[in-house]
Amino acid sequence: MHIPDGFLSTPVWVAAGAVSAAAVAVSTVRLGKNTEEKQVPLMGVVGAFIFAAQMVNFPIASGTSGHLGGGVLAALLLGPWAGTLIMTAILIVQALLFQDGGITALGANVLNMGVLTCLLGFVVFRLLRRLLAGTRGALISAFITAWLMVVLSASLAAVQIALSGTLPLPLVLPAMAGVHALIGIVEGLITTAALAFLLRVRKDLVHPLCLPYTRQAAAGEAA
Amino acid sequence: MKKTRWIWIGLAAALAVGAFLSLAASPNPDGLERVAEDKGFLGKAVSTPLLRSPLPDYLFPGIADERLATGLAGFLGTLVLFALGSGVGWALRLGRRRGA
Repeated sequence: MHIPDGFLSTPVWVAAGAVSAAAVAVSTVRLGKNTEEKQVPLMGVVGAFIFAAQMVNFPIASGTSGHLGGGVLAALLLGPWAGTLIMTAILIVQALLFQDGGITALGANVLNMGVLTCLLGFVVFRLLRRLLAGTRGALISAFITAWLMVVLSASLAAVQIALSGTLPLPLVLPAMAGVHALIGIVEGLITTAALAFLLRVRKDLVHPLCLPYTRQAAAGEAA
Repeated sequence: MKKTRWIWIGLAAALAVGAFLSLAASPNPDGLERVAEDKGFLGKAVSTPLLRSPLPDYLFPGIADERLATGLAGFLGTLVLFALGSGVGWALRLGRRRGA
């Protein structure tokens, strides 16, 4: 759902850009304080993988396709701060090199597909994971979070489009949320599959605060 | 060697997706494009971009074969993100070391 140039009015893209710039600045500061050694190559691999996966549009309904967003997946592996930075890097490269997403709309796209999905997604996943303990609970939490963030991203994009006077909210919001409720199912499946795979083969690549919830893990996090 | 093997496996998997699986991508409009088309505001998209992108629409320039152009663009973009992602992590880690 990369917004092109022309859909957003100047006040809307400036405001969205300011919020995103602030979020990226905070992420940079927070990450700079606790970058683990492993995160350096992991940020590269996650960025490369999500960029590549975003190219693979899958058909969803009559004549419509969707593609992975990957924000929740990034947050599950890298944490919210590094996740936000990686999603921002992906969106910048897509806009500058591949003309996918507008230059003026970049801030809005970063807000919708990076900041929102990584920061809120991280919080929502951690809440759900507590309610649904164990590995299965973590996987269900990942699915629900990824689905929800796609629908919320699309809804936020709809709000920006409506605020810009491009199309009234009662028309654009149900349309955007509806089609992305379908796309979100695939996002949820890919996110869950990736998490399940890594939990099985390389648990240490999952962010320590996103591992399945057990009493032992909770004690470790509190310490 | 074993400690860093996952990096190269991960990068190889990402490159395979970007260069090959991307060829199987559905050409249909995505969710936002579909809504914009159905609701009649797709035309508002600015057709002359403010900034010329070197590889518009994920096509490597100057290559007639669209599949090859897409695969090359995907391969290149994946490599760029690997370098950029690692670079950001590396820069922040250096910054922390200096600050510590």
